[in-house]
Amino acid sequence: MLAALAWKNLWRNKLRSAVIILAIAIGIIGGIVSDGLMSGMTDQRVNAAIANEVSDIQIQNPKFLLNNEIQYTLPKNLHLVQKIRAYPEVKGVSARLDCQAMATSASAGSGIVAYGVEPSEEVQVSDIHNHIIQGSYLNDKQRIPAVVGKKLAKKLNLELNDRIIITLADTSGTITSGAFQIVGIYKTSNDRFDASAVFVRKKDLAALLDVSTATTHQLAIRLKDNNQTDLVVKKIHHDFQQLIDQKVITVRSWHQIAPLLQSMIAMMNMFSYIFMMVILVALAFGIVNTMMMAIMERTREIGMLMALGLNKRKTFTLIMLETIFLSLVGALVGLIISLFIAHHYATYGIDLSSVGKGMNSIGYSAIVYFRVNTEFYFTTIFMVIIIAIISAISPARKALKLQPASAIRDNNL
Amino acid sequence: MKPMSIIETKNIHKVYQETKVPVNALNGIDLKIEEGEFTAIVGPSGSGKTTLLNIIGGLDLPTQGDIIINNTNIKEFSSSQLIDFRLHNIGFVFQAYNLIPVLTAKENIEFVMVLQKRPKAEREEKAKELMEAVGLIDKMDHKPGQLSGGQQQRVAVARALASQPRFIIADEPTANLDSKSTNELLEIMAEMNRKYKTTFIFATHDQRVMDKAHRIVTIDDGKVVSDEQFNR
Repeated sequence: MLAALAWKNLWRNKLRSAVIILAIAIGIIGGIVSDGLMSGMTDQRVNAAIANEVSDIQIQNPKFLLNNEIQYTLPKNLHLVQKIRAYPEVKGVSARLDCQAMATSASAGSGIVAYGVEPSEEVQVSDIHNHIIQGSYLNDKQRIPAVVGKKLAKKLNLELNDRIIITLADTSGTITSGAFQIVGIYKTSNDRFDASAVFVRKKDLAALLDVSTATTHQLAIRLKDNNQTDLVVKKIHHDFQQLIDQKVITVRSWHQIAPLLQSMIAMMNMFSYIFMMVILVALAFGIVNTMMMAIMERTREIGMLMALGLNKRKTFTLIMLETIFLSLVGALVGLIISLFIAHHYATYGIDLSSVGKGMNSIGYSAIVYFRVNTEFYFTTIFMVIIIAIISAISPARKALKLQPASAIRDNNL
Repeated sequence: MKPMSIIETKNIHKVYQETKVPVNALNGIDLKIEEGEFTAIVGPSGSGKTTLLNIIGGLDLPTQGDIIINNTNIKEFSSSQLIDFRLHNIGFVFQAYNLIPVLTAKENIEFVMVLQKRPKAEREEKAKELMEAVGLIDKMDHKPGQLSGGQQQRVAVARALASQPRFIIADEPTANLDSKSTNELLEIMAEMNRKYKTTFIFATHDQRVMDKAHRIVTIDDGKVVSDEQFNR
């Protein structure tokens, strides 16, 4: 009956309760929408980075990682590629050549990373072919083709079918260069990547380097679900422990390849919680005020309840329940509205290009699709309950200090 | 056989220290109230009636003296023990009814029984019986705001009886009521006194209450100045 009484007491002063419920709801909406936006941005950034730039897992020669010297290749071990490709979690494996190079056009030059890829393998691993804005992706019919980012094309003043000269050092250290024809221009949400990554066919780059097409610097592995990254890394470790122990290969997940992404996720999560906590702490003052007023208005009634035999524990519980109900109603209203907003923007996205110029330059898409973060919702409810309990302490203590005789007399006579 | 004394006050003093000048509300009250009494405590405003009732009802403690209820000196009780003692031994009827506005009449009556942890079926049966006894069986589901002052006070009496107390303390219960409601209320209380042998102790100015009382204790300046018994 205490819970029923607390619930009914909540609606005695409907306007006052509605005001604080609305305040809590708006606060929760603010926190959750902000989390949805930030999580969405982070997810898109991470997914784009995995899809376009780093893939889920990379296998390289550990020495290659130290200074990117092209002689440090992976063993020509077909068994490695075949076995990993056979993992059920794996979507595709691309055996790439990965060379630091200089690209020059008729008017300018720029440092680039040239990726020599087998187009049929690469489309299983990278989404670059879906980001072609002019021309087409690499195929076998073209003559020494290259696909460049829009940013690089602009920098080098390149257009479709123009030629660029890629200059690099071959395995013997001799500077060599070759002409490639621009067959496609891509654009991702990361301008810096677009300004540096150039994709060419593996056989063309191998010819330029004077190595066989079986030569590989990097096995880029893309998974069907990037939540399984750690699991697949463990599997590779298990199956190729000897190669790893002998320092022939090193296996890195995207967390290790791009630690900034990982720390960005952690930072965004923490920021969301801090932001929500700040909102809730501010709301706590409103809740305390509302409950204090409720106690002061009901001094006589609480005195009467204590006179009848409502003990201190139950009095405390009553005030606590009222505060928790008040806060939870606000939180639930806020959550329901937030869910609609988050689902809407998760489906249709929000276009921030008008307010966030240059989002691409820092690797973010201008259209952000919210993430509906159910874990955050549950945590929010939990935080609301904790805040409600803390907020209830002061009003409940005030109620407990009432002396029934004077509480009844104060308002009675 | 002489009825048993259920309340005994021994040299009760009460001094309020809330202001700079201490106020002596009670100055040595010795009083015995026996089971089944229908007693009115009367006296002018400020004479100490409510203070005495509060002390008898365990809502306040005397500065000096003892208050023995059912052979137990409640002055020694902690505040938690006092709350529990009140719950099981004392019923209250207040001047301003003091029903819980968000609960129905029936729920108000049941509330005390919930605190006593009595089973639901028993609570419902008792609430119905008491609503019948106070003539409000058709108002069970009405909230206090939907009842007249007299009806609210009758529900308050039913609530006071619901805990099956040893005695009921009623502080100016008729002060806010018209004559008709006062007569109805007093009839109900007198009937309860006869039927259940419930002890009633009133603080009142109301002549109509005094006319029904079997005993009138008059106090003035915190002292008993007369104590009269009536055969009614």
